[in-house]
Amino acid sequence: MMAAATSELQEIRRRAAESFETRGYPTKRDEEWKYTSVSAIAKAQFPAEAPSLTGNSLRTALEQHPGLIEEHLGRYASSEENAFVALNTAHFEDGAFLHVPRNTVVEEPVWIDYTAVPDRTTHPRNLIVVGANSQVRIVERYRGSGRYFTNAVTEIVAGENSVVEHVKLEEESAQSFHVATIQVHQARNSNFKSHNISFGGLLVRNDVNAVLSTGCEGTLNGLYLATGKQHIDNHTALDHAAPHAASHELYKGILDGISTGVFNGKIYVRKDAQKTDAKQTNKNLVLSPGATINTKPELQILADDVRCTHGATVGQLDEEALFYLRARGIGEIEARDVLIYAFARDVIERIGIPEIREYLEKALFERLVFSRQSSGGAL
Amino acid sequence: MNKTSMSKTAILEIKDLHATAGGKEILRGINLTVYPGEVHAIMGPNGSGKSTLAQVIAGRDLYGVTSGEVLYEGDDLLTLAPEERAQRGIFLAFQYPVEIPGVSNLYFLKAALNAIRKRKGEPEVDAMDFLSLVRRKMALMEMEESLLNRAVNAGFSGGEKKRNEIFQMAVLEPRLAVLDETDSGLDIDALKIVSNGVNTLRGPDRAIVVVTHYQRLLNHIVPDYVHVLAQGRIVKSGGKSLALELEESGYAGIEELAEAVR
Ligand SMILES: Nc1ncnc2c1ncn2[C@@H]1O[C@H](COP(=O)(O)OP(=O)(O)OP(=O)(O)O)[C@@H](O)[C@H]1O
Ligand SMILES: [Mg+2]
Repeated sequence: MMAAATSELQEIRRRAAESFETRGYPTKRDEEWKYTSVSAIAKAQFPAEAPSLTGNSLRTALEQHPGLIEEHLGRYASSEENAFVALNTAHFEDGAFLHVPRNTVVEEPVWIDYTAVPDRTTHPRNLIVVGANSQVRIVERYRGSGRYFTNAVTEIVAGENSVVEHVKLEEESAQSFHVATIQVHQARNSNFKSHNISFGGLLVRNDVNAVLSTGCEGTLNGLYLATGKQHIDNHTALDHAAPHAASHELYKGILDGISTGVFNGKIYVRKDAQKTDAKQTNKNLVLSPGATINTKPELQILADDVRCTHGATVGQLDEEALFYLRARGIGEIEARDVLIYAFARDVIERIGIPEIREYLEKALFERLVFSRQSSGGAL
Repeated sequence: MNKTSMSKTAILEIKDLHATAGGKEILRGINLTVYPGEVHAIMGPNGSGKSTLAQVIAGRDLYGVTSGEVLYEGDDLLTLAPEERAQRGIFLAFQYPVEIPGVSNLYFLKAALNAIRKRKGEPEVDAMDFLSLVRRKMALMEMEESLLNRAVNAGFSGGEKKRNEIFQMAVLEPRLAVLDETDSGLDIDALKIVSNGVNTLRGPDRAIVVVTHYQRLLNHIVPDYVHVLAQGRIVKSGGKSLALELEESGYAGIEELAEAVR
């Protein structure tokens, strides 16, 4: 427990601990965890430790301005709905805090960089509060070495008419467990974009949830690349709680080796959320016969004057395209990489931070090379 | 064969080639020899195996070669991967060029050119040289430069795709070009542009094989030889006048000929 925690926050944390104690880890009988078993996480029992990060410390901030933090921390991510959120809320020791005051444009992207150490559990807890009419871009990155468990929660409050872009780079070690929730609260007319990139980790589960108010625009994009025995599960939820909001969602997955992928995209359109415009797309490229993907859209529409579309595809590399490239002299391996990159490209190109786009282009190619060299990959 | 070609090695030599697809024999004993400087036209009814022949030359593994030989510059072609064939100077203009979303024309062409240069032991093409080369060839093909930044063939009209094939050929300067129905669906202006692009490549050391249904193309790209393919065999060969004959009489007699040689 953090020394400076105020009583109300303490109460939230106490209830979270209680909630986890009564319910424990989710099982595959739990609809939300149907395709993802977390028994390996439960079994591992790595001792907890404060996370190591570069960025503004939440712990320090809590000592300096407890009021602002108390107003938001633990108010959005639900400990009742998600056991790992409960676990994090009960046990977090530190994380990143970012407050952008009203009418402020932050020019440079803000980095939050975590490095995990072997044989430890960490519960990184991030709070990002963006004031009205402000603008900011944030990069949250997770890396580490060895076996460990990262259980992160990020709460983002996008103030009225603000523009917020968030990139999450999950580049955890090949043996690690990574569970994370990003919970976004969008005030009126705000514009929020999430780019959720998952490359690493043996067992990965992301929950990205956004609640949209009137006039909001919400974008949830994602890219996952799983090779070897990796398991990457992305659950997203776009909650159209008020009228005239638009949401766009594009998740793309590349699966090789004997990896498994899960995509579950929920769109809620509440009763009075008229004129909602929601579009969800999930596309998967399956590169080896041993790899699998479970993809499922879940639309719950209670308003009648709305436009909601969704589509999911699962396909292999286009053999015709591969031959066309090779027939022009481009070697087979390069041709495959080019096609895989072309598939991933439109997710990467939607990221508004040029350095990140360049970085990801390189990182993707490196991963492809790595996958090819390690045994299981058909890449 | 004319006198000059007798002394040179053939660019392409196909001997009794049999190939199957989907368990069915499609090429049933093709013989064809192409010498440097020559233009050969291959005509024949739908489904006779013209594209299969073209794709086998380019190395498509969809087709299984069951017997026979294909030599390129005297070397066994059939053991080479498609990219090796291209690097050695073979170019196939596809009957149905493939759309590749997410890969720009410019990137694609540069990668192709560099692969060919690498094989010749040349360094990667200089960015400025490449751009001026590409601009020149685009002007030749009367293509909009904006096409360069678009994805390969994605959203191109039929005519644009065909023109893009010949544009690629013009940049890559192959030794053997096989054009599979590059004229189909083109209006007369586009046909002239495409033919002009092909004729620009023509030279004493190169060879071109054009697959077509229409004699019209052969007014612009005048062939040295015309072959008629039917039911997986070349059933008739002749000079350019054969194309005119076929235009007049159709393939009715040809099918009979094919039956007769079975
Ligand atoms: N991949 C394949 N699997 C099975 N059959 C095939 C395949 N490709 C071609 N064929 C068959 O082989 C025969 C010859 O096809 P091909 O495309 O070579 O003909 P073509 O002469 O080019 O015809 P067209 O003038 O219509 O282009 C046809 O009967 C066709 O259906
Ligand atoms: Mg054909």
